[in-house]
Amino acid sequence: MAQAQDRKIPAPEANPETQAFWDAAARGQLLLKRCKACGELHYYPRAICPFCFSDKTEWEPASGKGKIYSWSVMRRVPVPYAIAYVTLAEGPTMLANIVDCDLDQIRIGQDVRLVFKPTDGGPPVAMFAPA
Amino acid sequence: MSIKDKAYIAGIFEHPTRKADDKSLAQLHAEVAKGALEDAGLAKQDVDGYFCAGDAPGMGPLSMVDYLGLKVRHVDATDTGGSSYILHVGHAAEAIAAGKCRVALITLAGRPRAMGQATGTQPRNLGMATPDAAFEFPYGPTTANMYAMVAMRHMHEFGTTSEQLAWIKVAASHHAQWNPHAMLPNVVTVEEVVSSPMIADPLHRLDCCVISDGGGAIIVAHPDVAKSLKRPRVKVRGAGEAVKHPMGGRIDLTYSGAAWSGPAAFAEAGVTPRDIKYASIYDSFTITVLMQIEDLGFCEKGQGGKFVADGNLISGTGKLPFNTDGGGLCNNHPSNRGGLTKVLEAVRQLRGEAHPKVQVKNCDLAVAHGTGGQLGSRHGSATVILERE
Repeated sequence: MAQAQDRKIPAPEANPETQAFWDAAARGQLLLKRCKACGELHYYPRAICPFCFSDKTEWEPASGKGKIYSWSVMRRVPVPYAIAYVTLAEGPTMLANIVDCDLDQIRIGQDVRLVFKPTDGGPPVAMFAPA
Repeated sequence: MSIKDKAYIAGIFEHPTRKADDKSLAQLHAEVAKGALEDAGLAKQDVDGYFCAGDAPGMGPLSMVDYLGLKVRHVDATDTGGSSYILHVGHAAEAIAAGKCRVALITLAGRPRAMGQATGTQPRNLGMATPDAAFEFPYGPTTANMYAMVAMRHMHEFGTTSEQLAWIKVAASHHAQWNPHAMLPNVVTVEEVVSSPMIADPLHRLDCCVISDGGGAIIVAHPDVAKSLKRPRVKVRGAGEAVKHPMGGRIDLTYSGAAWSGPAAFAEAGVTPRDIKYASIYDSFTITVLMQIEDLGFCEKGQGGKFVADGNLISGTGKLPFNTDGGGLCNNHPSNRGGLTKVLEAVRQLRGEAHPKVQVKNCDLAVAHGTGGQLGSRHGSATVILERE
């Protein structure tokens, strides 16, 4: 069994466009962006909708439920870790780590739930653990 | 306007080194430039266009144009990772067709091995001003795991196996045994590939390309220039380029940008994948080859595993001879960018100058295709169709 271990997570840097996202992360909330013009959700969040180019985009919290779309365990590093694409219940698919689990048991289609993990001097980042 | 028949590949050179402890990066660029000009039978003074990408030291093309002592009227430093140099062939043909230059020089060089880079297993941070960086870099995306996730999904969707992927390495190794410069000249078996250490599931060590120093250069020339030279003539018949990305969260790992750049290049050339006698396919990993073979139209989507199995990519026995120099998987992957060497082996094949053991008979039409960046997220794709005249 290869239990996920804590790895030093590099700190993400906020900017004026993404400050609200990282403030929410610090409160334990994952935000998506919804475009009020075309109605579509997107991730990662942008000020201008990448689908219709409207600037009428608003923050919207995600439920934190998702399914693993694909994954890979990085083995040839000091602390192995699982990277994954997780498709959120709301639709968008995001890059994340799968944590708090046996790395050898990760499967495509697996239900996962949102957790936040601390970073090295920055806001926490969204990750996922088996539901 | 089309670039079809508007430009020729007049000169090529591949640096023989695979570990360049005793040379500078700029020096490697100069040595490959010199080699390609000599191959073409041209002089430095003939060059009036210069093309390079992120491996070239300095600001865009400026330091290298200075270092090489060029006087140019056209430059292009478009960087789409390893696919850049295939894209540059298309851009050079465009510039020649538009009268902006007549002799274009494209160079690539790197010394990741001499520098001891943890290529492929180390997350790369392009800077926090990169809009995706804060949302991806903390998760440790590396070259290896971002390609591995494509393989994992392909296996899930289509039943592709590690053994099928391994056949791609096996074929490359069969070709590399005849290349005296190949970094990995030994023939390997499917069993050896799948029992090599896991790097990033499901990719094993032998699913990965080599890390090597070296480089290469290409001369693209106006038809009038090409016709004045003594070398066999290789014409640029068509080119296509594309950028595929995560599309705001609508991620689909089942196809790559080759599904866009390939059809564009084939349409411009007026040929189909069935007409192709030899294929240079970017092989950073075995999965890279599998995806591109499907997306370029050599087989149906999802059937790549069956297509590559049982030696079908081996020259002389298989239906689609590929990477007859051993490719990035066995020969050379200079600067961690494999696009340029793809063009070199395609030109050798079309000239009839590949190693006799791997030379494709009557090789009159070839494709060179590259992927740059991360196959599992944003990547550049470039395809060129080349023809022997």
